[in-house]
Amino acid sequence: MSEHEPSHAEASQAVSTQAVSTQASSTQASSTHGPFSTRVDVRKTYKLYIGGAFPRSESGRTYEAFDAQGVFWANVAKASRKDARDAVLAARTAFSGWSGATAYNRGQVLYRIAEVMEGRRRQLEDEIQQGQGCTADQARNLVSEAIDRWVWYAGWSDKLAAVLGSSNPVAGPYFNFSTPEPTGVVAAVAPRACSLLGLVSVIAPIIVSGNTCIVMASQGRPIPAITLAEAIATSDVSAGVVNILTGDPAEVMPWLASHADVNALDLSGVEDAALATLLEQQAAGTVKRVRRPKWVAGRQADAGSDWLAEPGLGAMRAFLETKTVWHPQGV
Amino acid sequence: MTAISPKAIGAAASSADLRAFLHGLPGVDEVGAAGRAAMLGTRSIKAASKAWAIDLAISMVDLTTLEGMDTPGKVRAMCAKAMRPDPSDPTAPAVAAVCVYGDLVADARAVVGDSVHVAAVATAFPSGRASLEVKLLDTAQAVDAGADEIDMVIDRGAFLAGDYARVFEEITAVKAACGPAHLKVILETGELRTLDNVRRASWLAMLAGADFIKTSTGKVTPAATPPVTLVMLEAVRDFAASHGRRVGVKAAGGIRTSKDAIKYLVLVNETVGDGWLTPDLFRFGASTLLNDLLLQRQRMTTGHYSGPDYVTID
Repeated sequence: MSEHEPSHAEASQAVSTQAVSTQASSTQASSTHGPFSTRVDVRKTYKLYIGGAFPRSESGRTYEAFDAQGVFWANVAKASRKDARDAVLAARTAFSGWSGATAYNRGQVLYRIAEVMEGRRRQLEDEIQQGQGCTADQARNLVSEAIDRWVWYAGWSDKLAAVLGSSNPVAGPYFNFSTPEPTGVVAAVAPRACSLLGLVSVIAPIIVSGNTCIVMASQGRPIPAITLAEAIATSDVSAGVVNILTGDPAEVMPWLASHADVNALDLSGVEDAALATLLEQQAAGTVKRVRRPKWVAGRQADAGSDWLAEPGLGAMRAFLETKTVWHPQGV
Repeated sequence: MTAISPKAIGAAASSADLRAFLHGLPGVDEVGAAGRAAMLGTRSIKAASKAWAIDLAISMVDLTTLEGMDTPGKVRAMCAKAMRPDPSDPTAPAVAAVCVYGDLVADARAVVGDSVHVAAVATAFPSGRASLEVKLLDTAQAVDAGADEIDMVIDRGAFLAGDYARVFEEITAVKAACGPAHLKVILETGELRTLDNVRRASWLAMLAGADFIKTSTGKVTPAATPPVTLVMLEAVRDFAASHGRRVGVKAAGGIRTSKDAIKYLVLVNETVGDGWLTPDLFRFGASTLLNDLLLQRQRMTTGHYSGPDYVTID
């Protein structure tokens, strides 16, 4: 079946979505088109973001996302292991170009994401407010922080090597220096509660140094992740550098943790300790780097505030390899 | 299937005879061929069937390097891979053959011994633009150096100009020069333009004595496509019915993934039957396909996805 050909299941689902959505959107429709308007809402199909494209899940599955009040919000693609595999392939393909770009250029691209997000901030604020149940002020603040975080990380792109690299004193006629290099393809799980700022705080430190990533968005609050994907898709980020999957991390992440072509894991968003341990064990099979912040287990599930603090270098340093070169001194 | 008996075509066939026969073949429904190939491509091959198909596909690969920059060292490395494609898993089958330029046949044969076939491209590959003397010498030298399969190209210029007798005579002459070596005739379907021409060229090659008909050199786009391979398989099936001789098919160029390879196997099974599901009668000409087959094989044996770091770089 081609990507654009809806199956019977999808068609019937679209009808039921239409029925449920009537009540939510009736206010807006009546205000713009009058009480007897027959305009039908153009409902959005939320899809995955893989290799710069927005495909449906290979499996054809979707799941229901609810807003903060527990009311049906949208049907979201439910990624399968094959979507994850495709995403790894896309990320691997993108790696040479992205890691080979100059640090200055990567910084510009990250800044560009901030620019594009700024233009869509109203949409992001609405989605965070509806999804997280916070006030308009809080939502505005979270979006501002998320945008500023891109800018903050963008600034680091051409300074990382100076801060984390070194010129080493050695007892011999050599120049000896160490430089950080990107690890490769990183699979990450975004935080469950803080659906935008948390997601940005996971993606940005991975890609700023030249890694490419596959990120599982918050399972319960996936909508801002899709909007972020649309911002990234229009921000000069090469296809495959960022791949965003929606679905169940417990189903998909084990495939990524054991995937031999994934170089590192970021388990920032894994709250289930048993799952995190399983993923660590699977990652050990191919000696992956694993980042599992200690504070994940203890933090308040719904407080986005712990993402508001300045991130520090830890998340960037976790996905770097240090290359040390011994260069003979000339005579 | 035809009014004219193809058995009447002998070694001294004239262009007029051949033209009468080849143009008497029924035309190919291009839309129908594309549709059937696409339909067969949707078959789902999973689990045990997939594992079997992957091993079969590996054993059908003609591992190929046909570059101007080929060195004896590269050919030796490729030959080592051909004999044992997955060093981490001795149960992975060897490929069917290695395919190299004629001047590297001796290097290949020295490594592989009798364990896999050595195929050489000959007859002024890939363009085929040389005199018959040059082509025959090219062939004889490759056979002398140890090649037991010869991949020749037809003269597409002569074929398209309608000079069928010339193409026919070239194939018969090269076949004679091959001696005991198997002859694969490359039709270069990407330059034949129509599926009607593909059917005619297939019949022409088989009547002239080809042991295999091969889609492409890999130097022209499009190379092997499912509809083209379907038409060639149908020609092989009809030829076996009318002449009682089984001719093989080699799909070469552009087949890079296990998924594609399995689609071709389905095509073979559904067109000529499972009698052709053997390296003696169906081959893949490929260089990168083998790595993808190995990755899929590792995925099935280890239970987790593998990556390009775990197979050799070509």
